[in-house]
Amino acid sequence: MTASTVLQLALFCGLLVAIVKPLGGYMARVYEGEARIASRLLGPLERLVYRVLRVDPGEEMTWKTYALAVLTFNLAGLLFVYLLARMQASLPLDPAGVGPVAPHAAFNTAVSFATNTNWQSYSAETTLSYFTQMLGLTVQNFVSAATGMAVLAAFVRGFSRKSAATLGSFWVDLTRTVVFILMPLALVIAILLVSQGVVQTFGDHASGSLVEAMKAPSGETVREQVLAVGPAASQVAIKQLGTNGGGFFAVNSAHPFENPTPLSNFVEMFSLLMLPASLCYTFGKLIGDTRQGWALLAAMFVIFLPLLALAVTQEQAGNPALGGLPIDQAASALQSGGNMEGKEVRFGIATSALWATATTAASNGSVNAMLDSFTPLGGLVPMWLMQLGEVVFGGAGSGLYGMLIFALVAVFVAGLMVGRTPELLGKKIEAYEMKMASLVILVPPALVLVATAIACVTDAGRRGVGNPSAHGFSEILYAFSSQASNNGSAFAGLAADTPFYDTLGAVCMFGARYWLIVPVLAVAGSLAKKRSVPKSRGTLPTHDALFVAMLVGVVLIVGALTFIPALALGPIVEHLVAHGS
Amino acid sequence: MSFDSALEPQPSPKVVVTVASLAGKAIGMLAVLTLLTGVLYPLLVTAVAEAAFPGRAHGSLVVEDGKVVGSHLVGQPFSEPRYFWGRPSATAPVPYNAGASAGSNLGPTNGTLTETARARASALHAVDPTNTLPVPVDLVTASGSGLDPHITPAAAEYQLRRVARARGLPEDRVRALVAAHTEGRDLGLLGEPRVNVLLLNLALDRVERGAGVP
Repeated sequence: MTASTVLQLALFCGLLVAIVKPLGGYMARVYEGEARIASRLLGPLERLVYRVLRVDPGEEMTWKTYALAVLTFNLAGLLFVYLLARMQASLPLDPAGVGPVAPHAAFNTAVSFATNTNWQSYSAETTLSYFTQMLGLTVQNFVSAATGMAVLAAFVRGFSRKSAATLGSFWVDLTRTVVFILMPLALVIAILLVSQGVVQTFGDHASGSLVEAMKAPSGETVREQVLAVGPAASQVAIKQLGTNGGGFFAVNSAHPFENPTPLSNFVEMFSLLMLPASLCYTFGKLIGDTRQGWALLAAMFVIFLPLLALAVTQEQAGNPALGGLPIDQAASALQSGGNMEGKEVRFGIATSALWATATTAASNGSVNAMLDSFTPLGGLVPMWLMQLGEVVFGGAGSGLYGMLIFALVAVFVAGLMVGRTPELLGKKIEAYEMKMASLVILVPPALVLVATAIACVTDAGRRGVGNPSAHGFSEILYAFSSQASNNGSAFAGLAADTPFYDTLGAVCMFGARYWLIVPVLAVAGSLAKKRSVPKSRGTLPTHDALFVAMLVGVVLIVGALTFIPALALGPIVEHLVAHGS
Repeated sequence: MSFDSALEPQPSPKVVVTVASLAGKAIGMLAVLTLLTGVLYPLLVTAVAEAAFPGRAHGSLVVEDGKVVGSHLVGQPFSEPRYFWGRPSATAPVPYNAGASAGSNLGPTNGTLTETARARASALHAVDPTNTLPVPVDLVTASGSGLDPHITPAAAEYQLRRVARARGLPEDRVRALVAAHTEGRDLGLLGEPRVNVLLLNLALDRVERGAGVP
């Protein structure tokens, strides 16, 4: 690794740790209703929402009501996006005249954005109108992230409340998340991005005359370059912040109008990990013991850093297949070198590999380089980070509740070792919680592996593959790993815009999101009812290095045991082939 | 506690009422939040963008002699020896199609990737046969967007003598132009040093016109 690479990675991680306490503390105050300065500014807006909808801010919901509210609200959003996409031809703001979206693509997209996955089987600038992007997708970017954070807030109340029947109100948690956290932050980020050159306009596509005319394959001479623009900055800000990841343009944040400079790149990369990392501190604050939050964050970094190093070094080493040609892949003062296929010069190797690791550690899924062209092990890193269940930072809210479910399993395993009833944060963990935790941990891998198997044995599945042999298998495995962990990034060579992939993918996204939210809320409801067990000498501390190691061990062992056989058929065999010949 | 005792018995009529009222609230909440985040928020961002950064909000267009010739941020295809060439582009049907961005998505072990890179290296060699240095990797690999406006300083240095010769300009003059269009790392730290190909080529054309060369 070059000095500049190390510096950039260190700066990123350092700033990330530095923001955790202030931002996490602020979010804790928001959920406790104690953010005073923000309340003075935005409180009227919050109260207006409650008044219009006749929501009682003091309302309390049982876990089942909370879950039902989450599901109906998400279902309403899903249907709305589907209708918008199908009817966009007869709606306003369609300067490029893109026409209606095909039913299977509209269904996939609606599920994708409602579930915070933001998988995109379509090519954005040629498929969606500004109207659909704004009223459908931008809105889902906000509310799907807010849904995840609201469910986290409810889950945390399961620990902080004692002998209680309820978990708070979904409407209040949702409104507060949007009004106090997501909107103000997105506004600041969007304007920063415009200052760097991210486009924000409702005007027609621009065009300019080419300096050197060219011949098209059809034989005619091309003299014009049409430049697709649009209201991108507002959507890009929340796509990063809300761990959504769905690009305004087809190539996402590799597009110069979506991510024009290394500075905009840093802002976007930072925004995508900011909330999931800070929520660890929020959690600690809300349960009254910030050491617990720091321990979870430490566990995340312990997994993140080695994988980041692997991705960077693999990409920097270049592609051995080009080794025999008169091509210079070595890093020097004049070039970053390395595996540059699918990467942009302004980002080079370091920030492309950092982005790939960050975006899949979080369940963001935006990209600034084409992951399909990464080296085999460089591509294994993002794939495995998703397969670990999106708990290393993970989605906004969903990452942390996923990690807390792993913490339940960790204390359970520890309890088995010493023969004591396991406890976490003063709550006894019993059969019911463990059953629900198993569901949360087992459903996504089952979806990934079954869907991958189906695609491998059907013509419809195999036809989509864009690269030969092991890499083609990796494309399929990546697609379902991404959708069943609500990530949304892709090995984009896979032609996924078909009824087969759209439908099967939508099932994975839907199952992985809501099949987890319901058991997570069930655990929260059950924990809230319990009394707190006083600490004794036999209580396992869950804030020290031993527990961090236990937790990391559980996450890695579950992830490894489930996926190594599949990974061996894809990236691992490809790595051996690449370096063997 | 057993699985069953965690479920509280609820009379079914009450559940029905709850679902209906929840659905009403859900639709209302969606409508209000759509207004806030789907209308108010993007309009607010657009208003601030128009006021503070109008040029950038519309695509950082480059205007030369009163007409738009592209964007500062988007590359263009160049194939004549007298221009610096940019990154290879995988957009369809023509390279640098800024209406449909795309990468090649060729996997690292795909034979097509190797063959394409070999052909690109040969094409560069064909227009500059005396240059036997290895080709910088960014000149033989497709960018992620297909619209990358930049090449590395190494790629500019590699092409410098060819461009100078094709234009009959002294090498030092071209080198000075390249240096003037090289951007360092942002804040001295972020990203990579890079050369904006379109702006550099426009500057070269301007120099030639100013010198009276047709």
